[in-house]
Amino acid sequence: MSDAQMTSEALETADAGKPERTMGRFNKWDTPWLNGKLLTGAGIILAILVMGLIGRLVWDTELAFTGSSPLNLPPVGFENNRGQVGEWAHPLGTENSGRDMLAVLLLGTPNTFLIGAIAAAAGMGIGIVLGFSSGFIGGWVDGVIRLAADVTITIPALMVLVVISAVLRQIDLVTMALLIAAFAWQSPTRLIRSQVLSMKESGYVRMAKLSGASTIDIMFKEMLPNLIPYLFASFIAGATGAILAAVGLETLGLGPQRVPTLGGTIYDAISAAALLRNMWWWWGLPTVLLALMFVGLLLVNLGLDEIANPRLRKASK
Amino acid sequence: MGRIPAGYLFRRLGIFVLTIWLAATVIWIIPRLAPGDPISAMVGRMAASAGFIENADAIIEGWQERFGLNEPLFNQYLRYLWGCLRFDFGYSLASFPTQVSTLIGFALPWTIGLLLLAVTITFIFGNFVGAIMVWSHTPRIIKALIPFGLVFTSIPTILAALLLLYVFAFLLNAFPMRGAYALGVEPGLSWDFIWTVIYHGTLPALAIILVSFGYWALGMRGMMITVEGEDYIQLAKAKGLKPFHILYRYMVRNAILPQITAFALALGTLVSGQILVEYIFGYPGMGKLIYDAIITQDFAVIQGTSYIVILLTAIAVLIVDLAYPFIDPRISLKGGR
Repeated sequence: MSDAQMTSEALETADAGKPERTMGRFNKWDTPWLNGKLLTGAGIILAILVMGLIGRLVWDTELAFTGSSPLNLPPVGFENNRGQVGEWAHPLGTENSGRDMLAVLLLGTPNTFLIGAIAAAAGMGIGIVLGFSSGFIGGWVDGVIRLAADVTITIPALMVLVVISAVLRQIDLVTMALLIAAFAWQSPTRLIRSQVLSMKESGYVRMAKLSGASTIDIMFKEMLPNLIPYLFASFIAGATGAILAAVGLETLGLGPQRVPTLGGTIYDAISAAALLRNMWWWWGLPTVLLALMFVGLLLVNLGLDEIANPRLRKASK
Repeated sequence: MGRIPAGYLFRRLGIFVLTIWLAATVIWIIPRLAPGDPISAMVGRMAASAGFIENADAIIEGWQERFGLNEPLFNQYLRYLWGCLRFDFGYSLASFPTQVSTLIGFALPWTIGLLLLAVTITFIFGNFVGAIMVWSHTPRIIKALIPFGLVFTSIPTILAALLLLYVFAFLLNAFPMRGAYALGVEPGLSWDFIWTVIYHGTLPALAIILVSFGYWALGMRGMMITVEGEDYIQLAKAKGLKPFHILYRYMVRNAILPQITAFALALGTLVSGQILVEYIFGYPGMGKLIYDAIITQDFAVIQGTSYIVILLTAIAVLIVDLAYPFIDPRISLKGGR
């Protein structure tokens, strides 16, 4: 937190243009992208991801399968209801059907990220195409796209996803991510459309038009670079929403069944009454991991907000 | 006073109807994309998971008659839409002679009650926190503490629900683990019943409040920063008005208006969160109904519940959208835009 405050303080004084800090603008480290919140958040997420990726090299992930380990062992240093103590062979304990918690978490965490990334990327891709078409072409294209966004944006995605997953029963990671993306394109579309509309009237776009740049060039060379902070923020928000939806489905027991996911682990724990049996490591570890993940995503999002909106930087002191 | 132009009103109503029609259609099409007769398939799946179903033939017959499954597909679709309009979703498959609408009728008041209560508290508290984050007269210690409270707001409702359940119900035994009221109390308008409902509702409501107030706080903070820079605030300060008077009458009242639009957009997420909270706490609302239906493969109930939740969300958003010009007279809606 102190990092964040220092950065924003430095930025604020630079903004206010006090004499002793006016030179700050020439310092290449004095860039809004060195935002404390952004860096902390990205650090948390990277740490979790790296742990997931390196962990599977050093730990035997075969232990994530049913019956590969003794049942209901607590993590090292704790004791379960039957008085068994944790062993180093299973440092984070095991669950009801003999899966090693460490292996489950190592496999499940990247899966959860993957769903978020695929869904957010697909949603954003649709959003960029539709938002640009809507804002740039206008006319009936704009009308149809806006109508489609307005009609679908208020539908609670979880309710439709529940119906779909209940019919499909067997669902894999990518299918689930794409289904979620079907409810993740409206916000990016609206955002990009409004930005494109305001940019269309700006001097440099008119200039480019006058100098005979093609529509594609104007879209991707003139406008898109200016949208990057917004797109970044929109991607993170999309990923957060997608992971939220995925965790929701998984904890209802509607997620992928063949691969471990964090939400699926929580579902297994709840259905086996892990709460009442005081097996806190079973549901608690995935919960804490997910919470950390979301805190990281929130910090990144807040940081990007401050980068895109200098007014927030001034006030964050 | 703002007025709603006819063009806007019709467009908004049209969008509402389209939303409901689209949702209803998607819910209808999905099970029919799966191969085979949906009703027999459902009953078969239930039989497979439950071992034996007592009146399977009666169920299949009842359904075929009600939904005219021997008729052409388009007629079935029209029948289904007509059923949706009259809230008639047929029979529950898991508890056969009961109508889906009866089950929903029992569950809905709990969901709406909990949601209204939690959302009202969240909205007031969140906006209050957001406002004092910007207000220059807020004690420094409070400003320093708020960011820690906001950490909760990023985590999904379901995780907060699990943590609260574990700490307050399991470890401390301060609150009940599941249900909406104690078993021994007769439901009715008695103090005993009201007390047990509040007692059971505290943790679920707290889970929703804890994770969503920050959303309002952050939005409010952004708006307050914009308002703070306005000339009329400077004038009010120069006039020597009391700081609290400026905060409430000049800043909050202007900053809170766009939050109402944000509220309409956030409703879908709020509802989804609440569904999951109900499932964790075994709260007898729509969330538990859906979860039980998923477990028993009761597709009729899943379909009906999803439809009702989508419908109610859309109605709530419609009301907020149409009320907005009356709340904020600065908004002028152009017809057809």
